[in-house]
Amino acid sequence: MKSESIKAALLSVIIFLTFIGAWYIATLPRDNGPVSTADAEYAALMGKGAEKSGGFPAPGKVGQAFVEHLADPFYDKGPNDKGIGIQLAHSLGRVGLGFLLATLVAIPVGFAIGMSPLLFKAFNPFIQVLKPISPLAWMPLALYSLKDSSVSGIFVIFICSVWPMLINTAFGVASVRRDWINVARTLEVRPLRKAFLVILPAAAPTILTGMRISMGIAWLVIVAAEMLVGGTGIGYFVWNEWNNLALPNVIFAVVMIGVVGMLLDLAFGSLQKLVTYRE
Amino acid sequence: MSLHDPFDPNAAMSGCSCGRHASQTQHDIAAGAGVIDALNSRVIQTTVMRALFPKDAERRKFLSAVGASTAWAAISSLIPFGTLEAMAQEKGSLEKKDLKIGFIPITCASPLVMADPLGFYKKQGLNVTVIKTAGWALIRDKVINKEYDASHMLAPMPIAMSMGVGSNPMPINVATIQNINGQAITLHVKHKDKRDPKMWKGFKFAVPFEYSMHNFLLRYYVAEHGLDPDKDIQIRVVPPPEMVANLRAGNLDGYLGPDPFNQRAVFDEVGFIHILSKEIWDGHPCCSFGAPTAFVKENPNTFAALYRAVLTAAAMARDPKNRPIMAEVLAPANYLNQPKAVLEQVLTGKFADGLGNVRTVADRVDFDPFPWYSMAVWILTQMKRWGYIKGDVRYKDIAEQVYLVTDARKHMAEVGLAAPKENFRKIFVMGKEFDPAKPEPYLNSFAMKRT
Repeated sequence: MKSESIKAALLSVIIFLTFIGAWYIATLPRDNGPVSTADAEYAALMGKGAEKSGGFPAPGKVGQAFVEHLADPFYDKGPNDKGIGIQLAHSLGRVGLGFLLATLVAIPVGFAIGMSPLLFKAFNPFIQVLKPISPLAWMPLALYSLKDSSVSGIFVIFICSVWPMLINTAFGVASVRRDWINVARTLEVRPLRKAFLVILPAAAPTILTGMRISMGIAWLVIVAAEMLVGGTGIGYFVWNEWNNLALPNVIFAVVMIGVVGMLLDLAFGSLQKLVTYRE
Repeated sequence: MSLHDPFDPNAAMSGCSCGRHASQTQHDIAAGAGVIDALNSRVIQTTVMRALFPKDAERRKFLSAVGASTAWAAISSLIPFGTLEAMAQEKGSLEKKDLKIGFIPITCASPLVMADPLGFYKKQGLNVTVIKTAGWALIRDKVINKEYDASHMLAPMPIAMSMGVGSNPMPINVATIQNINGQAITLHVKHKDKRDPKMWKGFKFAVPFEYSMHNFLLRYYVAEHGLDPDKDIQIRVVPPPEMVANLRAGNLDGYLGPDPFNQRAVFDEVGFIHILSKEIWDGHPCCSFGAPTAFVKENPNTFAALYRAVLTAAAMARDPKNRPIMAEVLAPANYLNQPKAVLEQVLTGKFADGLGNVRTVADRVDFDPFPWYSMAVWILTQMKRWGYIKGDVRYKDIAEQVYLVTDARKHMAEVGLAAPKENFRKIFVMGKEFDPAKPEPYLNSFAMKRT
């Protein structure tokens, strides 16, 4: 078992190095031929010899972007230029708020739907229609009706992360083993007590799976929403660097989005382990 | 003015003249006594006298003994009443100090953006945050939602918004024009041999917004060359910052876009400058500085301060010798986020055109702030020409409602900018004369139109 994980780690490192190597070779500078001195002025205006964004950046350039941004993650040079740490904090704040609101709605409603087959049938068509709508499709509607861009961003997070949680909660609650509910009934447990002490622990693993899926979606959505609304956040950072065609910074941001997404997922993974039980 | 003179030995200072208010100041507020400045100076004097003589009887004794004028001279030698008054006046008259102003990261926004790092807003006592925005539709929505107090807008936007074309109607005013000229038609490098617009059939072009000079100028230009802008070419709306990326991706064949994105396409070797927009209409407006009419009415002093700040910046931007400094100030990520080399070529007018030539066009972009009514009327004729508005258009009325010519003239004089005396002037677009007094005959003279 132990030797296998070492082997896997080794393989991961090899894959990574091969990838970087291939990238390095693919982006080796090509010789553009000597620039004649006659149009030296033109060449100077075209930025020949200067650093610029031509082609895909080499790994060295991207590495440099990593070092620069991570060396000073919390700088604040005005409303439109902040460090990566501040941008990520803004994004996480938005995701956290939208996700919290979604949890507050999805879990009680999911509980109610799960306990009553009638409600489940009644709500199902609406959930099925609303679930697949892209977050960005909500954006113009939210901006128009909520009249506030930051509230709209949070609303979009909310509306996209509410469905998986709702469905999973309802499913988890509905599929609690009949025996346990029957035992509770025999012991004349009051409904509230039954909900919190029998059904909730039994459905918790399924509910947390829903929350984990929702968090993944929320993190996907925030980047797109911030690119649209702008202002602050990692999505805005990507957009701002794209305007400048500064690909090393964009690649850096993409990796950061991946890392933060993974950390969020790991956090929910360990929460899930806490509530898992064996029958 | 019912606030008692604190240098009058016979007047009581506690309580008010009518006896129903705790202090004279409150009485004045309740009575709606105007003349803020005089009131301010009285309040300051009263406060100082009260601090020096906590007991009213002592103050009276002192004043009777030495005489009011001697007392005034003695005390004002110790206390700088003038400075205190100036400070209070500033505070009392600016209705709103913390302002949010939106902008799109293009050189057109130069005056209102550079006013921030150069401290012109601060000098007027304003605490302005300039916020970079992703596109014009978002600017429109944020202005309507009151997230922005004032904003960088395309010259036709305030007209369209005030008329409720493309959004709910909301009266907007144009305080100043931000820039004239400064746009270009950029084509993909693969079209170097297609310099004749007649060869552009099927091209995909981008403009920044429907209600933009870019849209109207591009339509005008291709129509003059016999192409129908709705049938022979495709015109898409793409936010300016995304134009170069789309051109590189081959998503677009060209665009009539704002700088620095024309020069950026050349710099990145993905496009070349076909013509500058000044070759279509020399002196055309592009962007404006606008604010909702409600904001202008509710905050007259703040608006005037904003006016002065932006005009000070415009005056500086007009001077060619300041252009290299501007490139430096505007290049950082907080503002335009562009290479300085690109901004410099745009602002100084000495640039590479992407075809191997170095061109020198000193007025490639200029920052004349005067909002001519004739500009608004021309925009309206084109909005009607292409079917954005229908029916009878009251050209002159709309122009006069939206463009603030009189205010602009007044504030331009304050910052030492020469303003023209007239409100209308003749315009020449691709050699064709436009008389702002006769918009309908002008409109009817076009063969290609949607009316």
